[in-house]
Amino acid sequence: MCLPLTKKFQSITNKIPPVITLALIVFVWYLICDRQLVSPTMLPSPKATLQVLVKDFPILMRHAKTTLTEAFIGLGIGIGLAFVCAVLMDRFKVLYHALYPILVITQTIPTVALAPILILWLGYEMEPKIALVVLTTFFPIAVSLLDGYRSVDPDEIRLLRSMGANRVQTFLLIKFPAALGSFFSGLKISASYAVVGAVISEWIGGFEGLGVYMTRVRKAYAFDKMFAVILFIIAVSLLLMLLVTVLRTLVMPWERKTKTK
Amino acid sequence: MITSAEPVLVTEGIRKSFGEKTVIDNISIRLYRNELVCLLGQSGAGKTTLFNVISGLYQPDAGRVLLSGEDVTGRPGQISYMLQKDLLLPYRTVLGNVALPLIIRGVPGKKARAEASALFEKFGLAGCQKKYPAQLSGGMCQRAALLRTYLASRGIALLDEPFSALDALTKAKMHRWYLDVMQEIELSTLFITHDIDEAILLSDRIYIMGSKPGTITDEITVDVPRGERTGFDLTEDFLHYKQLLVSLL
Repeated sequence: MCLPLTKKFQSITNKIPPVITLALIVFVWYLICDRQLVSPTMLPSPKATLQVLVKDFPILMRHAKTTLTEAFIGLGIGIGLAFVCAVLMDRFKVLYHALYPILVITQTIPTVALAPILILWLGYEMEPKIALVVLTTFFPIAVSLLDGYRSVDPDEIRLLRSMGANRVQTFLLIKFPAALGSFFSGLKISASYAVVGAVISEWIGGFEGLGVYMTRVRKAYAFDKMFAVILFIIAVSLLLMLLVTVLRTLVMPWERKTKTK
Repeated sequence: MITSAEPVLVTEGIRKSFGEKTVIDNISIRLYRNELVCLLGQSGAGKTTLFNVISGLYQPDAGRVLLSGEDVTGRPGQISYMLQKDLLLPYRTVLGNVALPLIIRGVPGKKARAEASALFEKFGLAGCQKKYPAQLSGGMCQRAALLRTYLASRGIALLDEPFSALDALTKAKMHRWYLDVMQEIELSTLFITHDIDEAILLSDRIYIMGSKPGTITDEITVDVPRGERTGFDLTEDFLHYKQLLVSLL
């Protein structure tokens, strides 16, 4: 009975250092503004930023809707593609060797460079944004799935085969569930990439979205609004990552139960 | 010892090579109903290769595997085996793990679980159905793995050093428990070990395997009924068997 309590205590104490660091940073920010070390138009104070965030919240939400739609659709397609690719690459060694280096290379292409090309190809609506999100989210998920499949103990596969399991059964009963853990690790990264990817492609051109809004307020030199939108994007990304963690505990109940042993 | 005339499992002159190297050669063994037979040999004698052939994972270069008279050579799905590692899948409950062979065979999930669950008590696993393997002790995991093997293999258990990863006390407990459970259910066991004491304590018969290539060099029978094995390892008889085995190895 002692164990869960200490665990809980630990999880609280673990959170203290980052909270202090964050508080310190905000305090330094506040001091700089309070002593007027930097002009308030260039660096809005924490308080001013929060006020703008509250005031602009409805506008931000409206833009967020577009951005999140792009992010979710892109992420969904990314997951689907990654899944198909990972299964095929796991099944056929040739495909693995043929595609893996190319996957890595696609990751070295900077998103910012790709966004304008996609917009020229696909127009100013949602399509180029979704395409960019697909490109950025696909890789982490595909790689984590592949690693997950490969992490399976060959003895487990042999055991299932000795029970008469075919390839599909081996996949569904062992490989897929074994890869779930690393899949969710990849998804967590991809979820934050998805928002950032959508925002970046909105910078280049579009009618709505957090990226479009950012470009507008930047052109107006409204630093307080820029800071507010950055905070907003951070919050949205964190929420998405939290959502992934919640999903993970729902889909993988054994992880939690095993930890509280 | 209840043995009927027809062996449940027979291998006839099994040979298996990998490339130039012959790992096992001319292995003919018999396992009768409800019998506990041990393959004793040094590491690397090819015992595990033989198990892979019997379970149908390897196609032998020569010889046949007969299951109740039916030729099952190179056909997996008939006899499963259990290793030192329990190989319980961490993401399935104990019940989900044990029911696996039935599910693979196409038994609907609900029915498979019910069938597997009914055997939990007999295997000393009552109440563990909904737990995950990581929540069980090593001994309990081996029991669950054994129950799974039992369900996979229709009354025959191939055990590859199943207790060697357990600590001495748990091991002794598992030995006693295994002898008990074998009396209760119809189970014929073929058992790999390199532990001489374990072999004498558990077996009705012992095949001795020499290495390079692995062949059966001797066969001895332990003439003490399995019901009277408690404290057997402290008797002089036991020591005689041990001396004999050491000289044969």
